[in-house]
Amino acid sequence: MSRVAGAEVVEIELPLREEVIARLEMGEMCHLTGVIYTARDAAHKRMVEALDRQEPLPFDLRGEVIYYVGPTPPKPGAVIGSAGPTTSGRMDAYTPRILDAGLKGMIGKAGRSRPVIDAIVKHGAVYFAAIGGTAALLSRSIKKVEMVAYEDLGTEAIRKLWVERFPAVVAIDCHGNNIFEEGFKKYAAE
Amino acid sequence: MRVIDVAEVTEKIRDMSIESNYNVDPDFLARIESAKSSERSPLGLNILNQISENAALASADRVPYCQDTGLSIVFADVGQDIHLTGGSLESAINEGVRQGYRDGYLRGSVVNDPLRRENTKDNTPAVIHYRLVPGDRLVLYFAAKGTGSENMSMARMLKPSDGREGILRTVVDHVFESGGNPCPPILLGIGLGGSIEKAAQISKWSLFRPLGRPSPDPLVAELEQDILNAVNRTGVGPMGMGGDTTCVAVHIETYPCHIGALPICINVECHAHRHAEVEL
Repeated sequence: MSRVAGAEVVEIELPLREEVIARLEMGEMCHLTGVIYTARDAAHKRMVEALDRQEPLPFDLRGEVIYYVGPTPPKPGAVIGSAGPTTSGRMDAYTPRILDAGLKGMIGKAGRSRPVIDAIVKHGAVYFAAIGGTAALLSRSIKKVEMVAYEDLGTEAIRKLWVERFPAVVAIDCHGNNIFEEGFKKYAAE
Repeated sequence: MRVIDVAEVTEKIRDMSIESNYNVDPDFLARIESAKSSERSPLGLNILNQISENAALASADRVPYCQDTGLSIVFADVGQDIHLTGGSLESAINEGVRQGYRDGYLRGSVVNDPLRRENTKDNTPAVIHYRLVPGDRLVLYFAAKGTGSENMSMARMLKPSDGREGILRTVVDHVFESGGNPCPPILLGIGLGGSIEKAAQISKWSLFRPLGRPSPDPLVAELEQDILNAVNRTGVGPMGMGGDTTCVAVHIETYPCHIGALPICINVECHAHRHAEVEL
């Protein structure tokens, strides 16, 4: 894949280590390799309801990365269907709770609310943006899929994905630098 | 009187839903290609390249361009001299969606009810707009509308005194505030005038216009161009991460309105611009 002119792509092994997160800077292009979990609207709602009832979650969130995605059904023989990021803002209502429970990274698209950014800083986490709409391309980085929980939710179920060199941008780093607040400034005419 | 069996409608809707999801509008992709030469943001350029690469892969592998294979939108222009047989037109359209989303391995993204929210699993029902027109033709327009961009759409009742400047400011502010949410580069479909629902309907309809074709009304065409230029000066850029390429075209449809009203609806379309049409 193409690179940002003059910039190296940062290769990241998952799970995320604290010293790796600490070095990541807003705007850096990364390739993620390792295990991530899928969850979007309905799965987040169920996880937070489980936390409210003090029930165990379907997987241990500590140190993990969640990818906001609801893939298309796989064609016969395919590992997964098309699998690009969905709008992260819809998860904002749930995200601080999920970060409190130990999540370290998120992959989605577009901006986050102030409480989410504050929680990212508080927990030393990171938010990556994958390129919305490039779902056919992104699915090529997904090598294996396993159903984890909430299978009745269909596309919204929680799945475990093994990814190799999954392309993403550091959108909000652990210091709270936010590309969706900073990125436009250099290119705005007035 | 011309007789059309609605089974033909089912087949066409099925085929359009699959093809449009694998092959997005080539005119949109051409605009992204030409924007690359003027995009100053290295990250923005990288994103435009990923978008092109994704489009080529989706077409070649015959897989969906985006995992959000959309809410199915249908405009059906029904000639008043046609006799439809074989069942209800609405059922035939929904059967086409059902078959297309099943056979094309497209995602069922529709819930049965806004409060109960149970997935219907086959992407039905479609949102259908019927228009009765002269003649003996049935024209079907299909769009797979992604919700990242649909969620960034808005309607507002401006005052007549807001005028052209108010329209421009409303659109530009809205695009800026939407940031990366609608997956820029975007297409803006704007409905001006009518009533609140008319403005919404014509804003959706404007998305079916051949990309970038100016309004036949020179006053409207000038406003389209001014909005396009202003939106591309916001710096929002590809995926909202900064750059010059925020919007590839602005389509405005207008309708007469009340002396005391200036309704506007902005229907935002993402770069997964999927639409097709067929005449029966």
